[in-house]
Amino acid sequence: MSAGLEVRGLNKAFGGLVVARDISLTLRPGDRKALIGPNGAGKSTFTNLITGILEPSGGEITLDGRDLRAMSEAQRVKAGIAKTFQITTLFRSLSVRDNLRLPLWERRGGTGRPFRRAGGDAWVEAEVEALLAQFRLTDVGDRPVARLAYGQQRLVEMAMTLALKPRILILDEPAAGVPSSESPLIAEAIAALPADLAVLIIEHDMALVFKVATRIIVLVAGAILTEGTPAEISADPRVRDLYLGAKHG
Amino acid sequence: MRQILPFAVLAAVAVAAFYIFPYNLAFLTRVTIMMIFVLSLDLVQGVAGIATLGHAAMYGTGAYAAGLFAIHVWHDPLAGLAVGAVAGAVIAFVSGLFLMRAHGLTLLMLTIAVAEVLQEVANKFSDITGGTDGLGGIRMGRLLGVWKFDFVGQTGYVYAVCVLFLVMVLLKVVIGSPFGLALRGIQDSQARMRAIGTPVARRLLASYVLGGAGGGVGGALAAQSTQLVSLGVYSFQLSAEAVIMLILGGTGRLWGALIGTAVFMTVHEVAASVDPFNWLFVIGALVLAVVYAVPQGLMGLPAEVKRWIGRLA
Amino acid sequence: MTTLASILMDGIAYGMILFMISVGLSVTMGLMRVVNLAHGGFAMLGGAFTHWAMAEAGLPFVPAAVVGLLAVMVLSVPMERVLYRPIYRMGELPQVLATIGITFIMIASVNLWLGSSLLSIRLPAAMSGAVDLGFRTLPTHRLYVLGAGVLVIVGLFVLIERTRFGIKLRAAVDHAGTAACLGIDTSRIFALTFALGAGLAALGGILGAELLPIDAYYPLRYMILFLTVVAVGGLGSITGSFVAALALGVLDTAARYLFPDVGTIFFYLAMIVMLGLRPQGLMGRA
Repeated sequence: MSAGLEVRGLNKAFGGLVVARDISLTLRPGDRKALIGPNGAGKSTFTNLITGILEPSGGEITLDGRDLRAMSEAQRVKAGIAKTFQITTLFRSLSVRDNLRLPLWERRGGTGRPFRRAGGDAWVEAEVEALLAQFRLTDVGDRPVARLAYGQQRLVEMAMTLALKPRILILDEPAAGVPSSESPLIAEAIAALPADLAVLIIEHDMALVFKVATRIIVLVAGAILTEGTPAEISADPRVRDLYLGAKHG
Repeated sequence: MRQILPFAVLAAVAVAAFYIFPYNLAFLTRVTIMMIFVLSLDLVQGVAGIATLGHAAMYGTGAYAAGLFAIHVWHDPLAGLAVGAVAGAVIAFVSGLFLMRAHGLTLLMLTIAVAEVLQEVANKFSDITGGTDGLGGIRMGRLLGVWKFDFVGQTGYVYAVCVLFLVMVLLKVVIGSPFGLALRGIQDSQARMRAIGTPVARRLLASYVLGGAGGGVGGALAAQSTQLVSLGVYSFQLSAEAVIMLILGGTGRLWGALIGTAVFMTVHEVAASVDPFNWLFVIGALVLAVVYAVPQGLMGLPAEVKRWIGRLA
Repeated sequence: MTTLASILMDGIAYGMILFMISVGLSVTMGLMRVVNLAHGGFAMLGGAFTHWAMAEAGLPFVPAAVVGLLAVMVLSVPMERVLYRPIYRMGELPQVLATIGITFIMIASVNLWLGSSLLSIRLPAAMSGAVDLGFRTLPTHRLYVLGAGVLVIVGLFVLIERTRFGIKLRAAVDHAGTAACLGIDTSRIFALTFALGAGLAALGGILGAELLPIDAYYPLRYMILFLTVVAVGGLGSITGSFVAALALGVLDTAARYLFPDVGTIFFYLAMIVMLGLRPQGLMGRA
């Protein structure tokens, strides 16, 4: 038993349709792994199984040896598993600062208290400013999120998730929908994540994956096809087939 | 300062109304009580985004609780107010346990059903509630043991205005708290709130209970000031009118609830006394004008006017 | 036995009326995603026009009913374009407010035009008697209502399943955006559907005047009733509305026959149970 996320023999079926087949993987502190695969390979299903939106049909998920399967979505967040959303899901009418305050309070179990002042917690305010600085959002901190450029919204998305102080961070297509002019911002932000954080990136943008991941897992039809370093993966003919498809053969 | 100024204006308006319309205190009291009710709805609907057409369930329960308490237990007004608040909170908690899982039209219909069922229950137990005759014989003791409730309704008005201030300040605190921000977050995106680890259903239930307590306070005040509780306290009309007033003024900002209530009730009162047959035209036109011209409600009027002027320039 | 038969007969006839009035509401709410509290107003207007055509213009029932039906459908087209179209994109609450405003205007208009008293619609002798079936007699009116209800559901099925309009309508209900991309003129579909729904409501209002009497405040009085059918049936589902209308019609009638002093509590408890078990409605999509 060791630190980090341990997934062993994970299965999920909807009726007769198997969407996750015997998936095993580990995420240790400091890992930078990427999960790639064609559309419909089961990447979203896999993250939903980890975060607790879906219940597995079989297999084990443990964090530092603790069984996660009995925990709710909220409890898993408290245990240290957080994920960004593929489609930007922010509190659009709230300011960037308020978007960051919410997860910080939640971390301290504070959003249940109706008779406290929102701006009154110095610790939270300091964290908010630090996150804004880290993601270069200080200038737009008081703007409603709905009025930010899309690339910046993706950064808020990441900052918000990071505010939960996760130990396992799942980035679900962090660059999805971001115009290429803004995508270096995303790569930079990922590179600047805390070193001891375990990160799993799910992404279609191969340039980004090869830039930030040290190991790549290839998922096909709900099962792991192969796992290796970026060099091994790019040399693997099966992976090339998968991505170049009919043109190759 | 920016926090205090609106309260000062509100106090000035309340005092001015008292001296300008000394013979309309009953109406002014009704407006004040309705403001409290619509404020409590604003927490539930405007801040937390829970769609409801059955907020009268809490108002009615508060009214009957306060009325029965005054008749059978103690005629102290403040104690009755507390009983009304607790009753409203309890009924909100019990119904909220299953309501908070529903959304959209289903939620709207379920909230209506709760209020209707309560109305039928009140009707059935007429030996306790007075049924269709209403619950009469409510006598109020002196407020704080000092001020007597008079016929003109001076004490009743001042009492209601003080409670309104209290409710307003409390709601300001709640909305400005982490809890209040979490409710706004839930309205924006429930999925995201769950993803940052918020027990969404519990927060919604808490807001429903708080809103229920406010609604109960409104009902209790109504029972105390009119000294009568009729089955109408549970009516769909009351719930629907509260929603109209809230959206009319603008949701989620408290002051909108006050403005919407004042405008709606004043227009209603004036139109109905000028032309008792066609006043509904005026209300309908007012409502439609607001929806099409200022969808954000009257609170959004200044911004909207600025936009119109900007377009002209 | 006779009680049971009466309950079934009255309940099914009542359900058919509820179905005719509510089905248009269900389809438009499913299609345009608009919470429409004013739909009962079209049933009331149908009844009001028919009443007027009979009482003032002296027409017999059937032509008067046709006048009522057509008047409502013609009126509904500009109403959809001017009053409803701007609110499709708004949130739930502004829609509630707008359609309540429309309801108020409808009530005030009928009140101004025909007064606030009951607007009776006298059925012709052929429809108002009783039919002797040999073993028992049945009120003729109920049979007509039954027949009309069956015609409406069969007609709707043919329309939805067998015509080009039906295919486009289903496409638009499933996904308005995609339908528009495929070159389907969704705004025409909306207008036609709205007019059809309003017309059916008018038909239900006219035929159901014996069960749900027409007066200016009709749209407010029965608002909850129609919305309940839609919610229990499931938004946008014709079959769902049909099943829900019949179930609620029979249930409500049975409660009135068997427990006359219980009032409407039974109806609302039934709604709570049904929506508790199936929050999306009987035929609604999750």
